[in-house]
Amino acid sequence: MGEFLQQLMNGLSLGSIYALIALGYTMVYGILRFINFAHGEVFMVGAFVGLWSAPAIADFFGGNLFIAGPVVILLAMVVCSILGVLNERIAYRPLRGKPTIIVLITAIGVSLFYQNFFQSVVGPEPRRFPDLIPQTRVLETDYLIVGSTPLVVIGTAFGLMWLLRFVVLHTKVGTAMRALSFNLQAARLMGINVDRVVAFTFVLGSALAAAAAILFASIYPSVHPLMGLFPGLKAFVAAVLGGIGNLPGAALGGLIIGVTETLVTGYVSATYRDAVAFTILILILLFRPTGLLGSTATEKV
Amino acid sequence: MLILSDLVVAYGAIKALRGISVKVPEQQIVTLIGANGAGKTTTLRTISGLESAQSGLIEFDDIDITSYKPHQIVAAGISQSPEGRMIFANLSVRENLAMGAYLRRDKEKIKQDREYVFHIFPRLHERMKQQGGTLSGGEQQMLAIGRALMARPRLLLLDEPSLGIAPKLVQLIFEKIQEINRELGMTILLVEQNAHLALKVAHYAYVLETGEITLEGPAAEIEQNEDVRKAYLGE
Ligand SMILES: Nc1ncnc2c1ncn2[C@@H]1O[C@H](COP(=O)(O)OP(=O)(O)OP(=O)(O)O)[C@@H](O)[C@H]1O
Ligand SMILES: [Mg+2]
Repeated sequence: MGEFLQQLMNGLSLGSIYALIALGYTMVYGILRFINFAHGEVFMVGAFVGLWSAPAIADFFGGNLFIAGPVVILLAMVVCSILGVLNERIAYRPLRGKPTIIVLITAIGVSLFYQNFFQSVVGPEPRRFPDLIPQTRVLETDYLIVGSTPLVVIGTAFGLMWLLRFVVLHTKVGTAMRALSFNLQAARLMGINVDRVVAFTFVLGSALAAAAAILFASIYPSVHPLMGLFPGLKAFVAAVLGGIGNLPGAALGGLIIGVTETLVTGYVSATYRDAVAFTILILILLFRPTGLLGSTATEKV
Repeated sequence: MLILSDLVVAYGAIKALRGISVKVPEQQIVTLIGANGAGKTTTLRTISGLESAQSGLIEFDDIDITSYKPHQIVAAGISQSPEGRMIFANLSVRENLAMGAYLRRDKEKIKQDREYVFHIFPRLHERMKQQGGTLSGGEQQMLAIGRALMARPRLLLLDEPSLGIAPKLVQLIFEKIQEINRELGMTILLVEQNAHLALKVAHYAYVLETGEITLEGPAAEIEQNEDVRKAYLGE
């Protein structure tokens, strides 16, 4: 029982990280109808920003991680937002209105660019991510130990998702995002500047990926240029599982994949860790291509 | 107020507008009637900046807006209730109206304008919290017009407000169009296949046939025209 709760806790932390990344995929898809395969690399860059800035920031705040931790996350979010907007501006915007396949191939190209650029500039070897979360035991009973890490990860991730929910449901630009995802033409007739809303969508998605990266590296403290690959792919599967384009769906999908992966790793075999997400992907595509919360008819704009 | 001169618009090789010239004077209702595929929707989409003109000129209050982007056109004072209504089905009635006022910052006036929309279409008030997609066709049309009014335009473009709506509601909506014109002094360019109705409410009319203006004149005169009666009024 204790073992199971422990695993569940770990699964939820991993899942909430996948959820954060998945939201970026699903938001971009909802508005531009393509999968931004470079999203995993934005995540990777976020981890590097953390890796490089954390020592100085921790130093600056006299080693106080309660301040340094959030500052590192914020910095990574800001840097990645800018990066996400640049990607959109340089690689995707010139292709607006072109067939989706062209944009998809471009996205894969952007992804490969980041991977190779980082490999040649900083080198392929993994580096150790510094500890940003103060290590304490929050709860300790005979059969269960809850450390601070999963709580901080889950708390931060859910806090950010709540914030995103607020932006999307209760602000003007969030309403414009929803309007745009439903009907591009009508949105333009309202005077909505499509390019700006698209840029804002990339800001939100990239910022969440950056936060996810800092949290992820706090659990698996190994930072390297290809680290975005698997979390990126799994989060993509999470977005499809929840129903691509559907925000609560992406969050739910992330949690399901994270928990399943952790349980399979713990109870079956670690060999299957990376197979879980892809098995789930095949199952959804076979039995429910629209995903758990996706609508049956997706409107093409 | 709005002047189209020799406007040519093409979709690839197909010329949808072959050089039309139209004038919409201040505070009037001008209607553009014509059969299926005549180019009515193309005209409105081009004015709103959704299609670009191959040649010709669009002037609004003496400013050349031919190459403006859609959001610049809304900012200049032209809004549209498009063909098929294009309601945001996933947004509430309230949010749909808020999107109509997207470019505005004057909160108090936006509120007043929303009150006005509710005053002419009380049903929208009752349905304020409902998703746009749950409304009936007629209610969606009211919402589309209301949403366009929320931009506080000086020129309102209406594309086939009678399309696919119960006859009783069509009557009501056309009364409201006249009311908007009278009460607000709103200039309106109305596109319709239902020539009968359009000529009843309009001051001036243009007849569009396969991308060309074939006839124009005061609506009352056009209504009496032999050819029009045969072709569009079913006599
Ligand atoms: N997106 C498009 N691509 C290619 N051709 C188009 C497109 N939209 C319209 N057309 C063509 O342009 C011409 C004018 O179409 P338009 O929609 O403006 O007519 P309309 O007068 O509004 O017709 P309706 O009464 O059916 O709404 C038609 O021949 C139509 O087939
Ligand atoms: Mg039409």
